[in-house]
Amino acid sequence: MEYLSLLLQNHYTLIIVSIGAALLGTVSGALGTYAVLRRQSLLGDAISHAALPGIAIAFMLTGTKTHLILIIGAAIAGWLGSLVILSIVRLTRIKYDSALALVLSTFFGFGLVLHTFIQRTGNANQAGLDKFLFGQAATMLKSDVLTIGILGGVALVLMLIFWKELKLLIFDEGFAASIGFPIRSLDFLLTSLLVIAIVIGLQAVGAVLMSAMLVAPAVAARQWTNRLSLMVIIAAAIGAFSGVIGTIISSVTTRIPTGPTIILCTTVIVGFSIVFAPNRGLLLNRIRQKKNRRIFKLATQKTVLGERIQ
Amino acid sequence: MDTKATKAIEVTDLTVAYQETPVLWDIDLDVPPGVLLAIVGPNGAGKTTLIKAILGLVRPAAGNVLIYNKPYAAQRRIVGYVPQRGTVDWDFPTNVLDVVMMGRYGALGWIRRPGTKERELAMLALQKVGMEDYKTRQISQLSSGQQQRVFLARALIQDATVYLMDEPFQGVDATTERAIVTLLQELRENGKTVVVVHHDLQTVTDYFDWVTLLNIRRIASGPVDDTFTSDNLRETYGGRIAFMKNR
Repeated sequence: MEYLSLLLQNHYTLIIVSIGAALLGTVSGALGTYAVLRRQSLLGDAISHAALPGIAIAFMLTGTKTHLILIIGAAIAGWLGSLVILSIVRLTRIKYDSALALVLSTFFGFGLVLHTFIQRTGNANQAGLDKFLFGQAATMLKSDVLTIGILGGVALVLMLIFWKELKLLIFDEGFAASIGFPIRSLDFLLTSLLVIAIVIGLQAVGAVLMSAMLVAPAVAARQWTNRLSLMVIIAAAIGAFSGVIGTIISSVTTRIPTGPTIILCTTVIVGFSIVFAPNRGLLLNRIRQKKNRRIFKLATQKTVLGERIQ
Repeated sequence: MDTKATKAIEVTDLTVAYQETPVLWDIDLDVPPGVLLAIVGPNGAGKTTLIKAILGLVRPAAGNVLIYNKPYAAQRRIVGYVPQRGTVDWDFPTNVLDVVMMGRYGALGWIRRPGTKERELAMLALQKVGMEDYKTRQISQLSSGQQQRVFLARALIQDATVYLMDEPFQGVDATTERAIVTLLQELRENGKTVVVVHHDLQTVTDYFDWVTLLNIRRIASGPVDDTFTSDNLRETYGGRIAFMKNR
């Protein structure tokens, strides 16, 4: 009897964690589509790494490990990081990729210093900040899932409201500006949405791998469709699916962290999509190419033959 | 709009500088309504920058731009823009009809989505550029000439009075070039003002009735017959021009 209730309790945790991971995958998959199409795949990486000192500072200031407070700290730091990158690009002659690398490593390094400092102070409450590095979905509480759901929901709703504007921003910024849409504000909105998608995933997936949650589902989804709306839906579905599968695998085997497991699940889907997708996939493309070549070869031979007969 | 206006576009004392050297220096330019104008000049002459400055896409260091006597921000709805084809990612997941409908986004304003009316307008524009059969085509599967036609269709449904086009002939074949020229001349016949960044000096006299010669400074601007002279061209291109034998 005791065993049974324990099992149920375990399942309860698993269900909560799976819901959380599914929400997370949906949000990061959908918004990651915009990052990928805007060729800002690495911006997500910078934001997630830059978020780390924010978590530490939020903890040092408040002394709590309340998920929402740490998330707010992460969001502020992550957002600041992306702002610094954009400012460097705008104000100096340093190129985008260099600015990105610079900010990513600086913020991340600072975050690591703060984390080590917190650990050295021997604060009894500090255990658990580490999970923001590699992610630990198993510790997700019902309240955490609620936070993820609300913040992620807000981000998705904003994405839907400004669908047309964001699409135009990504496809043709110059034209968008010429017809009067404020590019900087839209840019600000898009970056903020990405920041939300990233910080809500830090606890489960970790800062190191969070950007893959944004990029991988979108890359896979692009293989299957030529429509933005479908791409967003497919990416969200892939994100949710790998979130759940990855969480389950890492939950049943105790020593595997969730983040890497989820990412490996997504990677399998990406690999499959790159090879087997109908229009953009390598395999069918290769087959089509060969078939066409054979047809043209035959046609050429026939013509040559015809000329000889004449 | 002031129908008696004598200037569709009025640029005064415009200077644009990104770094140490100016890209455009003290440009004065009056474009009368109803002309088809070519902006011509060597690479780096600032042709694209001039278009962008007129559209308020780059902030000038000095100077002023008026469209029908008002600043651009007040006249957005009567200005249509065709950017250079190469400035967008043609592998973006969308189709021809969708791109053309973007021409109505400005009129739609925030949040409102394009509907049946926009779809009909887009189809009409696609017919005008001879692309109606391609409406559901993914844009990455278009040839460069077809891409250019899609961009033109998008500008057409802006239903503008003044059109600014950045190299609409770039990378298109002779047939498409003819079709585009016919379209531009049709726009002019309907009283529109069309400003085109152009590269091919051979066709300037055939296609256009006004020309602006630009090389950082405005060398000359006016009707093609008076302005497109070998003296002006030599000044614009620095004497490296050999083909204009008969002028």
